[in-house]
Amino acid sequence: MLNGAPPVISTTGLRKRYGRTEALRDLTMDVGAGEAFGFLGPNGAGKTTAVKLLLGLARPSGGHGTVLGRALGDREARRRIGYLPELFRYQPWLRAREVLELHADLLGIGGGPGRKASIGRTLELVGLADRAADLVGGFSKGMQQRLGIGVALLGDPAIVFFDEPTSALDPLGRIDVREIIRTVRARGTTVFLNSHLLTEVEQVCDRVAIVDRGRVLAIGDLNELLGEPEVRVRVAGLSPAAIETFAMFGAAILVDDWLTIRPIDDARVPDLVAAIVRAGGRVHAVEVGRISLEDRFRGLVGAAALTPPASPAARAPGPDWPAAPPR
Amino acid sequence: MIVIAALTIREALRRRLLWVLVGLSLVSVALVAWGVSTLVTMARESGTEEVAIQLGVSQVLILIAFMFSFVLAMTAAFLGSPAIAADLESGIALAILARPIRRADFVVGRWLGLAAVIAGYAAASGLLAIAVVALVSGYSPPNPFVAVVYLAAQAIVLLTVTILLSTRFASVAGGAIAVVAYGLAWMGGVMGGVARALDAPPLAAAADFSRYVLPSDGLWRGVVHGLEPAIVTAGFGGRPEAASNPFFQEDAPPEVFLVWSVLWVLAVVGLAVVSLRRREL
Repeated sequence: MLNGAPPVISTTGLRKRYGRTEALRDLTMDVGAGEAFGFLGPNGAGKTTAVKLLLGLARPSGGHGTVLGRALGDREARRRIGYLPELFRYQPWLRAREVLELHADLLGIGGGPGRKASIGRTLELVGLADRAADLVGGFSKGMQQRLGIGVALLGDPAIVFFDEPTSALDPLGRIDVREIIRTVRARGTTVFLNSHLLTEVEQVCDRVAIVDRGRVLAIGDLNELLGEPEVRVRVAGLSPAAIETFAMFGAAILVDDWLTIRPIDDARVPDLVAAIVRAGGRVHAVEVGRISLEDRFRGLVGAAALTPPASPAARAPGPDWPAAPPR
Repeated sequence: MIVIAALTIREALRRRLLWVLVGLSLVSVALVAWGVSTLVTMARESGTEEVAIQLGVSQVLILIAFMFSFVLAMTAAFLGSPAIAADLESGIALAILARPIRRADFVVGRWLGLAAVIAGYAAASGLLAIAVVALVSGYSPPNPFVAVVYLAAQAIVLLTVTILLSTRFASVAGGAIAVVAYGLAWMGGVMGGVARALDAPPLAAAADFSRYVLPSDGLWRGVVHGLEPAIVTAGFGGRPEAASNPFFQEDAPPEVFLVWSVLWVLAVVGLAVVSLRRREL
């Protein structure tokens, strides 16, 4: 949250056009220090273009912005920025430790034990400590991705831009990356996460911008975008009078066997279940959730862009569309 | 810039291409030693005058230098054409240029590193070939060090072209364009000499102009002059037909041409910087 503090990333009407294609239109946003900001959209939405503009790797066609209070692409600002590109490969003839040493040199991190310790910590953080002396050319894509994350985190940057950081990782690798992002955030680093993976954004970000075809469709706190929490209980044997008594927990609606209470405080779910049992109900299933980011996303972007199952309850877990966990 | 230059040198040393070239150069030098030694031994046994033998060896040495200049030009094209293009294609450049370095540092660092590698390779292979020929034949050219400097300069000119092309074209395309340009420049020099011998001033002027567009052939003439013995320049100097021989050069390249060559290299490196600066990543 910004909380009145100056934003570390601020853009106004930022645009980028490649020939006839408008890759990004009127991006206006502020990202506060220490936030985990998700930039969510399908492939080709303009997410990578936005990051390249913020880093000065591409020039805007219009609008303006600042990163760390300086103009886009400013060298001093880049000293405090980490970046994991979406499509990249490190020098295959270098060893993992040498790649980090190279980037330490580029950052101007001097020699000495501090530098060695910083590189060692980074290798440890991304799980490559035991592969530090191996040539990058022999790394799997997932290991390269880990190395890339390490490179981005080197030198304790104030902001780190991750462009699809889990795209090449297996499910365990994705969990590791989420943990890394949480660790980095806990240090106070601002995280700008580009992703088309809803779960990833949902699990680690406080605020989200949803983009499609170069336009920002919605931007705000995750709580604002996701709406009110709810609980769905599959229950039998309840009388209409009993259902009315559950109003003390929230608005209750019974459709077929499913009783939905919304909104409800997560902490009161056990009390609700106990009340249902006391009222003679037989509970078969309890699902705590709320409108998922996926549903919000689908509503904004349109069903044509992504076609997973509509109901969170019916949704099959998968790498891109796992069931939203209770929050 | 220094970080990028050091990285470039390390890359050249770790990759196989340079070591393959060094190995092939050593084989070439060994074959040259055997060939020249056999030639000299047989000529002496047949009673050929020593002056004629030395004259013959001097011309063989110029041809050997031409072979090395060609190998160096190709090396420059192969090393230079992917120098930036491959980093852009692989995404390595994205990670590097997001760091607090200027694009100029990246281009100049790449150029400096490769120029050092090529100059070192030119000096080592050129001087080794000259030393081996001197050892087996007793013939030493008048200005071996000057010849090697021109040899390296010619390769650096080609390297500079490929670095410029590398900011805009894919590796293979940039290398191919540079090799064709090198061939055209050499042919331009030959045609200019023939035009001078046949008294065709407009064609000779066009050829002279081509040397300013791409100074590689003009620098090659500096190599020839550095290796040409005084007896040859005294005997053939001033004769119109001598101008048509790309392996004969009476005079050293004029100072104005050398100054132009240095300015040309600086200007093309500058163009490469501007080209990368304007490129969207």
